[in-house]
Amino acid sequence: MDLDVRLPIGLMFSFFGVLLAVFGLFSDPAMYAEHSLGINVNLGWGVVLLLFGVIMLGYALRARRRRRTAASIR
Amino acid sequence: MLIQLGVIDYCLLAVYFAFVLGIGFAVRKGVSGTKDFFESGRALPAWICALGFIGANLGAQEVMGMAASGAKYGIMTSHFYWVGAIPAMVFVAVFMMPFYYGSKARSVPEYLKLRFDEKTRGLNAVTFAGMTVMSSGISMYALATLLRAILGWNLHLCIVASGVIVLVYIFMGGLRSAIYNEVLQFFLIVFGFLPLVLLGLKQVGGWPGITSRLELVAAHHGMPEGAWSHSWKLTGSAATNPMGVEWFGLAMGLGFVLSFGYWCTDFLVVQRAMAARDMSAARRTPIIAAFPKMLFPFLVILPGMLAIALNVDGGGGAHLSLPTKGSSLNYDMVVPVMLGHYFPTGLLGLGLTALIASFMSGMAGNVTAFNTVWTYDIYQSYIRPNASDAHYLAVGRSATVVGIAASVACAYTAAKFNNIMDVLQLVFAFVNAPLFATFLLGMFWRRTTGHGAFCGLLAGTAAAAVHHGLSLPRGAETGIKGGWLSVVHGYPSEMAQNFWTAIWAFSACFVVTVGVSLATRQRKSDAELSGLVYALTPKPNEQHIAWYKRPAILGVGILALTVVLNIVFW
Repeated sequence: MDLDVRLPIGLMFSFFGVLLAVFGLFSDPAMYAEHSLGINVNLGWGVVLLLFGVIMLGYALRARRRRRTAASIR
Repeated sequence: MLIQLGVIDYCLLAVYFAFVLGIGFAVRKGVSGTKDFFESGRALPAWICALGFIGANLGAQEVMGMAASGAKYGIMTSHFYWVGAIPAMVFVAVFMMPFYYGSKARSVPEYLKLRFDEKTRGLNAVTFAGMTVMSSGISMYALATLLRAILGWNLHLCIVASGVIVLVYIFMGGLRSAIYNEVLQFFLIVFGFLPLVLLGLKQVGGWPGITSRLELVAAHHGMPEGAWSHSWKLTGSAATNPMGVEWFGLAMGLGFVLSFGYWCTDFLVVQRAMAARDMSAARRTPIIAAFPKMLFPFLVILPGMLAIALNVDGGGGAHLSLPTKGSSLNYDMVVPVMLGHYFPTGLLGLGLTALIASFMSGMAGNVTAFNTVWTYDIYQSYIRPNASDAHYLAVGRSATVVGIAASVACAYTAAKFNNIMDVLQLVFAFVNAPLFATFLLGMFWRRTTGHGAFCGLLAGTAAAAVHHGLSLPRGAETGIKGGWLSVVHGYPSEMAQNFWTAIWAFSACFVVTVGVSLATRQRKSDAELSGLVYALTPKPNEQHIAWYKRPAILGVGILALTVVLNIVFW
């Protein structure tokens, strides 16, 4: 079957999101004071990426389910 | 200036590479013939083609170059989008896609063959193939020098590694693999650069903060108030704006000739729309692409404006020093400097991955366009016609290898003789400048003949070269910058010279094409021209398409929004 591009996009961004968020949870706050105006951008942006990834995965899985149902009706 | 990477940054990079190669691996099974490899089976939905359409264009030149221009010229850089790209994208969708897609031509040169004749196709195919290899080589070289400068990585390793990765995924999956990766790269670039803009804006105090600082920049350059924060207000005269262009040169040169020429005739982008699954999807591709494209100035130009605003001492402690090159600032380093400044380890890996992704998508776009034009328009036409489909597929795959190898060779040539590449790029610019006139006449005037088109193209190129040879931007030395025949006219800036070179090339091509066409006989019958010329092609029936999916309606909506943006940032 053909690859749904939302699947790798969803997977990659979810993975990126988890990596960044977990790293953000355990990283040294001094790093953020030096670079990103004191904001823990790793945690914050990690969550954003994870959300985007999950939405993409949701679309991909919904499309797959629909194709299956369509195929079984036929 | 070296940036230190942490383990997590390398992890993000590695994950990205794994996904890029994984996509190539996953779609390789779907490639059973040339139609799959070069045209992606003409089976993709519009939104994927649309993101590929802008993804292929979202190369390093776009990301780093637009930020550099944002710093150098301010919000006027947005004209590349709001006067240039968007109207051109709407035009190609509404008026030109019916011919590209409907004619069943497999490439832009092949359209020229169907519409005009063999020699016009040959000229376009050969110059285009040469240009793609060069651009991809320059992209490779730029990536490698950048990574060496900011990370201390080995130049040769960077060139070879980036080449091999692009090679592998295109070799396996062809155009579909390239487009899927462009979609991935598109999102990565958006998510990788957005935090940069948000953090920068927060630090300078939003739009009011940045404009007040940009007044200092304008004053420092001896420009009137608002020179960096208004896009049209100061274009009444070339002397009062940082770009050194007046409104007519801007609207005609950049808006009409250069942008329409690029977005409507460059096979690199048109190929993405031609991969769509049906005519309606093909026409919607540039339109859907125009929506995100319209907002790109905030993603790619704003970082440059933020960098220049933070570079001046505006009080409040917020400051960022841009590196210098000679007596001026090194604008090309805007994006890397901003990344190193705002992104801590972690997010830095994401930003860097996005930067590398932009280089790779630019490269891959060129390579897929090259292998298609080489195989269909050069090999199949002149070297070995009538071979089996499997043979051409093999040729396409080896063209990918050869194309990348040639790009690597170009990258090393660029490293050795900087000037040779500049000269070649200039020559290609001359070749490209008149193209839009040929397409415009070919598509909308049935009387245009093959001889007319061919002579027009040559005349346009010659006019571009002569104009460049006779004019010089202020402060430049004669030679590669112009004036190599004799300096007859001086322009306030290089940008102004470029725009006027394009205007001259377009006009010369237009006039000569019309003249020669009238003097020569039209060899193609009306039946042969059906599907290739506006007046002889049945209008696409849109009755069954929902109104919100009709290209013309969507196009008008986009143009209206673009007008609003022009007014807001007037």
